Amino acid sequence: MVSKKRLVAVLIFLVALSVGAAVFDYEPLWQKISSGGQWKLGLDLAGGSLLTYEMDLSKVAPADQNSVVTGLRDVIEKRVNLFGVSEPRVYNETSGGKTRLVVELAGIKDVNQAIKEIGATPFLDFREVTQTADATSTLKFISTPLNGRYITSAQLNFGSVTREPQVDLQFNDEGAKIFAELTEKNVGRPLAIFLDEQLIEMPTVREKITGGKAQISGNFTIDSAKQLIERFNAGALPAPITLINQQTISADFGKEAFDKAVFAGFLGMLAVILFMIIYYRQLGIFAAFALVMYAALTLAVFKIVPITMTLSGIAGFILSIGMAVDANILVFERTKEETKKGLSHYSAIEEGFRRAWTSIRDSNISTMITAAVLYYFTSSFVRGFALTLFIGVLVSMFSAITITRTMLRIFIGRDEIKK
Amino acid sequence: MLDVIGKRKYFLGFSGLMVLASWILAVTLGLRPGIDLKGGTEWQISFSKNDVTESAVRTALKNAMPEAGETNVKRAGDGSFLIRLPGLDEEVHQKYAEALKKDFGDLTEKNYSSIGPAIGSELKNKAIWAVALVLVGISLFIAWAFRKVSEPVKSWKYGVVTLLTLVHDVSIPAGLLAVLGYWQGIEIDTNFIVALLVVMGFSVHDTIVVFDRIRENLTINRGKKIELGEIINYSVKETFARSINTTLTLILVLLVLLVFGPPSLFYFILTILTGTIFGTYSSIFVASPLLFLWQKR
Repeated sequence: MVSKKRLVAVLIFLVALSVGAAVFDYEPLWQKISSGGQWKLGLDLAGGSLLTYEMDLSKVAPADQNSVVTGLRDVIEKRVNLFGVSEPRVYNETSGGKTRLVVELAGIKDVNQAIKEIGATPFLDFREVTQTADATSTLKFISTPLNGRYITSAQLNFGSVTREPQVDLQFNDEGAKIFAELTEKNVGRPLAIFLDEQLIEMPTVREKITGGKAQISGNFTIDSAKQLIERFNAGALPAPITLINQQTISADFGKEAFDKAVFAGFLGMLAVILFMIIYYRQLGIFAAFALVMYAALTLAVFKIVPITMTLSGIAGFILSIGMAVDANILVFERTKEETKKGLSHYSAIEEGFRRAWTSIRDSNISTMITAAVLYYFTSSFVRGFALTLFIGVLVSMFSAITITRTMLRIFIGRDEIKK
Repeated sequence: MLDVIGKRKYFLGFSGLMVLASWILAVTLGLRPGIDLKGGTEWQISFSKNDVTESAVRTALKNAMPEAGETNVKRAGDGSFLIRLPGLDEEVHQKYAEALKKDFGDLTEKNYSSIGPAIGSELKNKAIWAVALVLVGISLFIAWAFRKVSEPVKSWKYGVVTLLTLVHDVSIPAGLLAVLGYWQGIEIDTNFIVALLVVMGFSVHDTIVVFDRIRENLTINRGKKIELGEIINYSVKETFARSINTTLTLILVLLVLLVFGPPSLFYFILTILTGTIFGTYSSIFVASPLLFLWQKR
């Protein structure tokens, strides 16, 4: 038997933890204490656009596909960052052997414009560099016809003497001709490489180059060289992207849904609490406390992970409130039975917990199987639901068993015999 | 009072009829796939003027681009318009928006989703897989969880009976949606599939509680000469209150969500609610009689 002192200490700790969690959950209060740890709201609640693009990799050699895909993402991320949207997200998603590019723009005003800019193919070009006469050396760039369209491939190499990373480019015939002319004209001088109108590298030309092979050895680290290759490959091996999915939700619409869901959540919890107290009286009060602590703790877990809260995620959590007391109900019903058999109130409760455990465990595992399948078989919007359900069930097992049991052990006297 | 085994013909008969009716409805009326399963565009807008009618919007859209084909316009409860567009082209979307602004003044785009057919068919495949996996996964788990009480009922039989009740529990909401689809134009979307999976997870809760009690009572009464039917009946009786109560708490929450929750989740919640009610019914009145029936033969 665990000593009462220790039980009280455990309970105080759990209550303190829950109160802390509740403060952490409630954003207006938490913001006064700390600037960190904000709720992440999904696009369906915060408002914004979700754009999904399909990449056409049919013309890309299998070996280069990875660099094309990441290159494409980087280019688009850069473009998206220019929209001035807070925390845009750009990521790749592979499913069924197809690679997709997902762009999330929270709170975007003009989606139409965004779509236009994202859709433009990444532009890479070479420019001649001339220095103005004065020594303060402002550089002037003169554009040339050579651009990423002529590159057939790019790869990482290491200089034979210096062992420094360098980038090998291969132009097609037309590009090779232009490149030869250009290099001949600029021996000993730098040639600027621009991507999306931004200067990225300015290697110096060492000799006239024929055959369409270019080596760029600047001050590369392996990483910067790789990045450059990705960009070249993205520009050179055009993997066209097509918009296949667009979802735009207005901020007001999201806010309205969010408020309704939160309101329903509170009301639902209240209904469950009332039911438990009316039906199970004294025991129900303990279950109600455990339920409130469950809600505070679970939400804190969501926030720490952090899980992006979507509408369906909130729905999943609200449903888990209805299920969280299941374990309590099973235990209490069992306790009633054991009391009928003539056990003292205290031992009946202990027996109730012990005997109800197998069915609580088995039924919760089956819900977790469902949540896991949901998680692996669905995309972003539904995933929130699966994750909240899964975490909810885990925490509820803890709250309904550990928290309730600790409270009952403290507050139900061991010697008290029920008539 | 409660004689599940004795009156099994009625209980099983009722369930059998419901499932059969659901299947017939689903096949004859058909389930209408939503845009996320078949591809398409859904557009929800509201105007600052509130005297705009459905047909006026329809005409305006048609005039804006006669060649684009028929659009489906529906006025929602909150005064906003739900519009189905045939294509996915962003330019078409913008053209329509301009035309509507010109005719009816300022408008707010509440929601716009446009989904390609490729994503749709992929989602459909995934959904079918997910449903199948959950069915099999849960059944296997039950068979495993009951492995220690193979006498007199083999543990895999618990698994198979669970599988049958789960099929029962998802068939009835599917039938309901077929009816709603026919009369109200309600569509099956990803949320519906998720709802079915959730129903399976919940329904099996109660089934496990009953089976767990049967398992316990079988162990206690091992060697005694007590009919299996009697033990099952007794077990169902003992667990009746908790089966109802665990469902009741969930139903309370679902009802609150249905009435006060966001409208976009209405049919999602309704599907879960229907499934939960029939799931509890099946745990009490279908699972145990099936187990008995099978064992008796």
